[in-house]
Amino acid sequence: MRHGKYPFVIGFLFAPVALYVTFVIWPYAQAFQISMTNWRGLSAPQWVGFDNYRRLLDDGAFWKAVQHHGVLLLALPLITIAIALFFAFLLNVGGKSSGGQRQGVWGAKFYRVVFFFPQVLAVAIIAVLFQMVYRPNESGLINGVLMKFGIEPILFLVKPNLALWSIIAVLVWQAVGFYVVLFSAGMASIPGEIYEAAEMDGATKVTLFFRVTLPLLWDTLQVAWVYLGIAAFDAFAIVAVLSVDGGGPDGATTVLAMEIYRNAFVYSKYGYASAMGVALFFLTLTFAALTLRLTKRESVEY
Amino acid sequence: MSITPEHPAALDRRAVLRRAAAVGVLATPAIGLLGACATSGSDGDNEQVAGGTKSEKNPLGVKEDAAIEVVIFNGGYGEKYATDVHEPLYKKAFPKAEVKHQATQAVSTVLQPRFASGNPPEFVNNSGEKLMDFGALVADGQLQDLTELWDAPSVDDPTKKVRDTVVPGTIEAGSFNGKPFVLYYVSTVFGIWYSGKLFKDNGWAPAKNWDEFIALLTKIKAKGITPYGYAGANAAYYQWNVILTHAAKIGGTDVLKNIDNLEDGAWQQDAVKQAATAWAEVGAKFSDKSFEGLKHTDVQLRQNQYKVALYPSGDWLEGEQKKDTPAGFDYQLMPVPSMSASDKLPATALRATAGEGYFVSAKSKNPKGGLEYMRQMLSTAGAKGFTEVVKAPTVVTAGSEGFAFPPGVASSQAALKAAGQDVFNLYFDGWYKELDTEARTATNELMFGRINADAFVERIQKRADAIKKDSSVTKFKR
Repeated sequence: MRHGKYPFVIGFLFAPVALYVTFVIWPYAQAFQISMTNWRGLSAPQWVGFDNYRRLLDDGAFWKAVQHHGVLLLALPLITIAIALFFAFLLNVGGKSSGGQRQGVWGAKFYRVVFFFPQVLAVAIIAVLFQMVYRPNESGLINGVLMKFGIEPILFLVKPNLALWSIIAVLVWQAVGFYVVLFSAGMASIPGEIYEAAEMDGATKVTLFFRVTLPLLWDTLQVAWVYLGIAAFDAFAIVAVLSVDGGGPDGATTVLAMEIYRNAFVYSKYGYASAMGVALFFLTLTFAALTLRLTKRESVEY
Repeated sequence: MSITPEHPAALDRRAVLRRAAAVGVLATPAIGLLGACATSGSDGDNEQVAGGTKSEKNPLGVKEDAAIEVVIFNGGYGEKYATDVHEPLYKKAFPKAEVKHQATQAVSTVLQPRFASGNPPEFVNNSGEKLMDFGALVADGQLQDLTELWDAPSVDDPTKKVRDTVVPGTIEAGSFNGKPFVLYYVSTVFGIWYSGKLFKDNGWAPAKNWDEFIALLTKIKAKGITPYGYAGANAAYYQWNVILTHAAKIGGTDVLKNIDNLEDGAWQQDAVKQAATAWAEVGAKFSDKSFEGLKHTDVQLRQNQYKVALYPSGDWLEGEQKKDTPAGFDYQLMPVPSMSASDKLPATALRATAGEGYFVSAKSKNPKGGLEYMRQMLSTAGAKGFTEVVKAPTVVTAGSEGFAFPPGVASSQAALKAAGQDVFNLYFDGWYKELDTEARTATNELMFGRINADAFVERIQKRADAIKKDSSVTKFKR
């Protein structure tokens, strides 16, 4: 059987690899090619070399978007993971222990389902929902209540220094549920004896969390960090649907995908948009490589 | 429990993680795939049909049994006017021809690939939020020159050319560097709208000059109604339209011509600055900060609820709001008020144009058929039928005669008549989408009090200069 292995493996791999190359790798390669042209989407493109990239360097909107990705990259994973860890801890090991088995808080099963709800909704629907939540007048969910109490409405998406954070809040709200489930799964695989032993030694819940749960969850945290980081490079749907004036006010919430969309489908500058796409590609790649490098450490086996 | 160093060979969690991350990376900038729709297979592998015999009934020489494909933007005007009026007219003229009909709400999504692959439909209603960039289409030679159509004899009176059956300015509106490529079909008048009922109940009168206007706004404000507002979230161009209309009235129509032609310092002309200063004051004192976060339908609804008194828009507004307008609301149009007695244009002057663009694809199979379809649209029967279905006036002069328009359109048509020769238009937003975007952003900054008029004109001028220098953007002149 040994000598027939390679034809067999290749035979099986051929179809998926061919599909992957045609529909994923090839378009990527083409994006690189298009980024070197002034293609406007209709007739044959003309080669312009690195012109588009030079133009990127003094495009204010591009740098604004990059800056926002920086903020998102720090805020989104940090806030989401912190909240998700807290909830996951409460749901799994935060309650009383019965029969030597750690339990979640009362009603944990119910909460777990509720937390997962946002994950089930399509992103566009979430954005539309939050339009209602953030609406700046008496028909908004938040401002409607505030105005009942005679408080001035908060202009969530309109105030330039508040708008990006309003968007981040939506991204966090949407992501938390999934990571609660992910961390719960991770916590479930931590043996109960470790907790028991630690408790006998007089560990408090806080100590349990920082000295037992967190180190044993390290791998899962890494996955979460990489995924959330990648999500921070996207954020397109929420920004496109929710923000004022497409990434406004005055570019205060714009992201790269938004600028790519605008250049490609509003200005018909496909070449320039592709150059932005290539820039985004390298940013994402650099981030993933850096994260894996920085978080590399010995894993704990049990 | 033991702590061991990572095992190098086995497929451990870390390796899986690394691979998963790599897949994630590849999956994310999916937008990078937008170029996926191939740049390779373009340029007309499309065999065009031969012409037919020219005759009195067929002045353009259309091949009688050649099919044409019609793509209609299914938006505010729907698609019924095409399926019930124009397509049957074409069928009647050429019974042997097949008319393929398609309606869409996202024109560019549906048609971009067809143009890229060299197989575009004959006749396109390029409109709506996802319209294709006319400038790019023209620059690329995708649009059929309409000179032949405008010079052809009209359907109703063979002694009259088609160009003499439409309102003046129609052909210019669809011309690029002096050549007609686009048929703008619907007559559109811009101005400031109010409820006739609200004004009558309160004894208010529309303002003609700036002092009257400010006095009117003050009275409305005292009544507890937001005097003026537009939607910042997606319709800021309704407001730059007001500012530029005002500028044209102050400084004459050349102000707009300079802007369209990307002349140096066009945006920094005194008239633009004056208008911007005046409207910034309206934004600061007589509007509502929360409108920046609202969409046009939200603000329009508030006007229908008598919470906003004045709202700038074109005369599609009445039709768009039909469902929400309370009985007796009585939409009325008031031209943008004049500034002072030294204005170059009278108070009745206004911006009017033809809207809703249609074109014939030069690289389609049967472009002659597309031109003939337009000729049928421009017949009295075609125009009357359109007006009856969608309740909007067309550019065909004979088409609107004797039709009882609803109050809003009636008032805008009356205002258009009162304006006489003092009707003007502007084109930069269709020619240079980037400049439109910048003007929208700057308008929100100005009207919601984050920048002043000087900064407003300066930042738009900067973008206009950049576009002027950008060799990849095709330039237009008028």
